[in-house]
Amino acid sequence: MSCYDTLIDYGLRSIGIGERLLPKTDITLCDQFVLIGSGMIWNVYFAVFAMVLGFGIATLVAVGKASENSWAAIPAKAFIFLFRGSPLFIQFFLAYEIFVLIPKVGIDINLGFATITAETRWLTKAWLGAVIVLFLNTSAYSGEIFYGALRAIPKGDIEAADAFGMSGFRKFRRIIWPAMLRLAWPSYTNEAIFMFHATTLVFFSGFPAWRQSGDALYYASYFADKTFNPFVSYPIIAIYFVSFTLLIITLFGWANKRLNRHIAPEQRVKFRFKPQFIR
Amino acid sequence: MEMCADPSTLDGINWWACYLTTGKHQAFYASFGTVLLLLALTAPVVMVLGFGGAMARKSKIPPLRWFGLAYTNIVRGVPDIIFFLFVPIAMDQGIEYLRHKVKCPDVLEPIRQGNDFVVCSVAKMPLSSSPQWIHEAYGFTLALFAFALVFGAFAANTLYGAMNAVPRAQLETAEAFGMSDRQVFWRVQVKQMWVYALPGLSNLWMILIKATPLLFLLGVEDIVYWARELGGSKTSKFTYPHPDWRLYYFAFLLVFYLFMTWASEKVFNRITKRLSHGQATVGAGS
Repeated sequence: MSCYDTLIDYGLRSIGIGERLLPKTDITLCDQFVLIGSGMIWNVYFAVFAMVLGFGIATLVAVGKASENSWAAIPAKAFIFLFRGSPLFIQFFLAYEIFVLIPKVGIDINLGFATITAETRWLTKAWLGAVIVLFLNTSAYSGEIFYGALRAIPKGDIEAADAFGMSGFRKFRRIIWPAMLRLAWPSYTNEAIFMFHATTLVFFSGFPAWRQSGDALYYASYFADKTFNPFVSYPIIAIYFVSFTLLIITLFGWANKRLNRHIAPEQRVKFRFKPQFIR
Repeated sequence: MEMCADPSTLDGINWWACYLTTGKHQAFYASFGTVLLLLALTAPVVMVLGFGGAMARKSKIPPLRWFGLAYTNIVRGVPDIIFFLFVPIAMDQGIEYLRHKVKCPDVLEPIRQGNDFVVCSVAKMPLSSSPQWIHEAYGFTLALFAFALVFGAFAANTLYGAMNAVPRAQLETAEAFGMSDRQVFWRVQVKQMWVYALPGLSNLWMILIKATPLLFLLGVEDIVYWARELGGSKTSKFTYPHPDWRLYYFAFLLVFYLFMTWASEKVFNRITKRLSHGQATVGAGS
């Protein structure tokens, strides 16, 4: 079987398209590359959805924590403490146990033109349950980063906005939020990288892989178990992750350039690996 | 305890008192010690590896510098869990391979036969005749190395950054006093870098705490293992039947970790205050 055939058979294996049975004997290098790559679809899916959903909540949490109103500050602080203070691994376990206990019912959602039924049993599936946990987790971490940036905004920026007669939401939307993003961006890039890495925990903690459709690490450890040789599959998955990490750095670098485009070159915030922001 | 002899007759507080002191529960409590032991043993190794890594990155010998750069960057670019899975098994096979070559030089068959890894029985590590505790200690040691390797790279990054954060003027002054490169490094740079390294190191400690449940994946009987074991539903065949209580056991672990990180934060805030005494950094002001 040529490598092209393997790609056709197993390229989308992780999302249930293609060959059902995993290779058991005569595992080739190509099999490993294709299946582990196929598993990366899940890692990207988890990371993208968690980051996109978490971005808005993180802003809210940061503003809440910085708020002088204790009705907003205390819940925000508690949320950050809960999710940053405990291991993601335990959060997955706990969330899965809670999701399993929720009664299995369908909830009809009327969209006006059609009715869809959201079923609570989906929560025990990785595609929904794990995304919820990752989303809450990254919201807490990003919230803390944004909060730090919020406190670092130059006083002059805010005074200038006041002088222009801006207030309330307009001041936030036009001045505070862009400045916050600009200052937070290097740390937020770190968060994105480690969030992406954290997606490997999903199928290792709580959420079962349905029909052996798992993420990259699921397949990598499957091969390591089957061939009893860790020196092939783990380096392969490492190559995938290093490449995706570089991709994240590139994409976030572009965004960083855009956020800093009005700033004098020597005052721009550069991307730097900041050890205090690894999760 | 005597009253626990027949649990089926117990109820209320007595049942709980007996249930929470069973042998398995005592193993569960002891496993918290395993986690603390791992933390206590890993931290110094991490610091040594981190310091070595940082020095390698600063080295004037190019291959050593490249090695330092590769080490810190590769570990950073790959999820830590992959290292936790890879390092123990790779080290185990490496050790057994070497022992096989030394102890059984007359066995000519290849070690890798298809999907098997075959070494002669005297090369097994630990020997199959060894007592159970040696097997456990060996597994724990491998896990410790995996942790140290990953966190050593992060520590190397932090310490490297901290070394560079020491103001140039301080080093130049030392040079002006006639100190050699080595003296400048040890007497000035290393002495002053800690306050810059502290935020990174305290965060690293938090991550290390939060990474300890991954011990479970390495087959160590840690708190996660026992929480699953004890929490799973027990039918009436067991002495203490109960439904699925894993939720409560995991909630207890969550509280344990929250407490650990909360307490660590308090301690680190104190140390920061101490170390920033007399230093022109933000920490000194507050």
